[in-house]
Amino acid sequence: MGMEPNTKKIDGYVERDNVVIDGMDISGHWNRMLEPRWLQDYSTDAMDWVTSLKGAESLSWCYQCAKCVPVCPVEHVGSYGPRKLVRKVQLGNNLMEDPDLWLCTSCAACLRVCPKAVDMIQIMPALREQAVLEGKIPDELADAFSSMEQHGNPLGQPARKRVAWTKGLDVDVPILSKIQKPVDVLWYVSDYTSYHPRGHDAARAMARVLTTLGIDFAILGQEEKCDGDSPRAAGERGLFEMLAEQNIETFEKYEFDKLVVMDPHAYNAFKNHYPKMGGEYNVLHYTQLLVDYIDKMEFKGSVDATVTYHDPCYLGRHNGEYDAPRKLLEAIPGVKLTEMPHYKATGFCCGGGGGGMWLDGLAADHQSERLSERRVREAVGTGADVLSVACPYEPSRFEDAVKSTGNAGSLDVLDIIELIDRAMHPDAEA
Amino acid sequence: MKILVVMKQVPDLADELEISDDGNSLDPDAVTWVLNEFDDHALEEALQLKDALGGSVAALALGSEAVDKALFTALAKGADEAKKVGEFEGGVSSHVAAEAFAAAIGGMEYDLILTGVQAIDDLDGQVGPLLATKLEIPHVSVVTHVEVSGDAKSVTVHQEYAGGVLAEFEVDLPAVLGIQAARATPRYAPVSRVRQLQKEASLETIDGAPSGTSGLEVERLFVPETGGHAEMIEGDEDEAAEKIVNILEERGLLPK
Repeated sequence: MGMEPNTKKIDGYVERDNVVIDGMDISGHWNRMLEPRWLQDYSTDAMDWVTSLKGAESLSWCYQCAKCVPVCPVEHVGSYGPRKLVRKVQLGNNLMEDPDLWLCTSCAACLRVCPKAVDMIQIMPALREQAVLEGKIPDELADAFSSMEQHGNPLGQPARKRVAWTKGLDVDVPILSKIQKPVDVLWYVSDYTSYHPRGHDAARAMARVLTTLGIDFAILGQEEKCDGDSPRAAGERGLFEMLAEQNIETFEKYEFDKLVVMDPHAYNAFKNHYPKMGGEYNVLHYTQLLVDYIDKMEFKGSVDATVTYHDPCYLGRHNGEYDAPRKLLEAIPGVKLTEMPHYKATGFCCGGGGGGMWLDGLAADHQSERLSERRVREAVGTGADVLSVACPYEPSRFEDAVKSTGNAGSLDVLDIIELIDRAMHPDAEA
Repeated sequence: MKILVVMKQVPDLADELEISDDGNSLDPDAVTWVLNEFDDHALEEALQLKDALGGSVAALALGSEAVDKALFTALAKGADEAKKVGEFEGGVSSHVAAEAFAAAIGGMEYDLILTGVQAIDDLDGQVGPLLATKLEIPHVSVVTHVEVSGDAKSVTVHQEYAGGVLAEFEVDLPAVLGIQAARATPRYAPVSRVRQLQKEASLETIDGAPSGTSGLEVERLFVPETGGHAEMIEGDEDEAAEKIVNILEERGLLPK
């Protein structure tokens, strides 16, 4: 909108010409008193509009204390903090044409410290939805939306390739539509685990570990579709609803006790958003499932390495799970766990959430470096050999960042399940 | 300027297509229908013209159960009207399609009709020419550039040929153009908007012409046979580079 604040300066004052108090002459300007005055009179149109949107009501609660600024990962690599966003809206910018609309990764670091509970996790999707409805979507994000809409995954791959990772695998991966029987664990494999080459490594490791532990599991295979959580955070609520309806319909066809996911974004969707649409499940992140099996894990090898762990925003801050991944890492023979300065509740975002996974170009135009690069520098600083992760967005993001920061060869990026698999099945082919 | 966009749906090639037991049609259970990609370009070009010059865009598609989503999507992208033409299931020959569209369009006002140059199901490319013939207006196909004249009575279009050659035509309006590629990538239709429209808007159905009889008759469908495979070049960067240079030299593609 670019609306300039309507500035009014009404300087009024009173002064008495002759005043003597206790022998002291304070005549003229010495007794001048300012009348009440407006320094600036802002239009509240933009703020009124934003806070009229469902979910965005809390934006006006901000009192500019700025606690959110130093914790915002985007601020670390640019000039963006939730406080600044509020100020823009106060000054009349409704953000519809502003690149800042798309920089938030919905990591929730600001919400954790905000004394007024200004909830960017709800504000950003509500605001972005308005831009999406007007078709004002960055091209790269629109491409990902389009792939999810047409193919059920952001990579634009056909459904029939969702199980390509099972080919040549040394264990059997049952598919529910084929076995037609109830299972204990429905393993929701997720998009990047199913389609990305580095995701395949985690998927194959998971299949081996589940099999060795004797867990009764099956997957959906071609019927699985994107959970929709990231497009929801990126403002495409309709796409989220469409995908959720399709997944809920698929889940309803089968009997299972636990819904186990690789992807914290899927975890968040299934746990916090699908119930509102009628899909209630006993949802577990795979680390939460496996932590109860530590005593049953037979380690035939070890991983002799110093390992640090990156808390995924949607497993940690959003859903409070910090311990299960660490307990698993500590159970692996040879692993020496070391922490980065930003860890657990203060964990630093990889940049992939809230649509950031598909906004690399836009982010690059407004940031000094990628969040993943900043995070990799932090991991390297700990002296760790391995940066372990528990979200399928991360291996590709961090491996690229390891290379682009000149750290190739000095830091491996591995999913926790890959580390467990290496220690349990040292002879298995990756 | 009033623009009509003529569209149809085709099987989604992302799915594995299966041939029915009758041997001459696709197994309908294995088919997901999507808008023909070239028609999507025709729609985009129409919307771009409207954005630049004003006017209106009406999207017309052969009627089927699966086509509703494509028409609501056209509305979500910015079309002013969306109409179903007749009732058809499965594939339709170009003659039948052109006859149905001609009957539907006969009574409408329009300046320009855009359609995809062809559709991936039959690669026939005849709907545009047949429709223009029936409406007795000019037609150009394989169009990659459309510019409307100042008085809006004609368009200058580019027709693409192999090897980067193109012809420029000036065509009196109204006319039918078979679009090869729009000036911009077809825009994304927000699902949020499509779903809003599915709740709020309704689609008009125009009764099509009686089914045509001429056109192609499919006797038998075959799954393509796999031919030769690509040769994978092994070795490190230097070895691979040397092999590539050798191959290019052998074929006379590099100056010695």
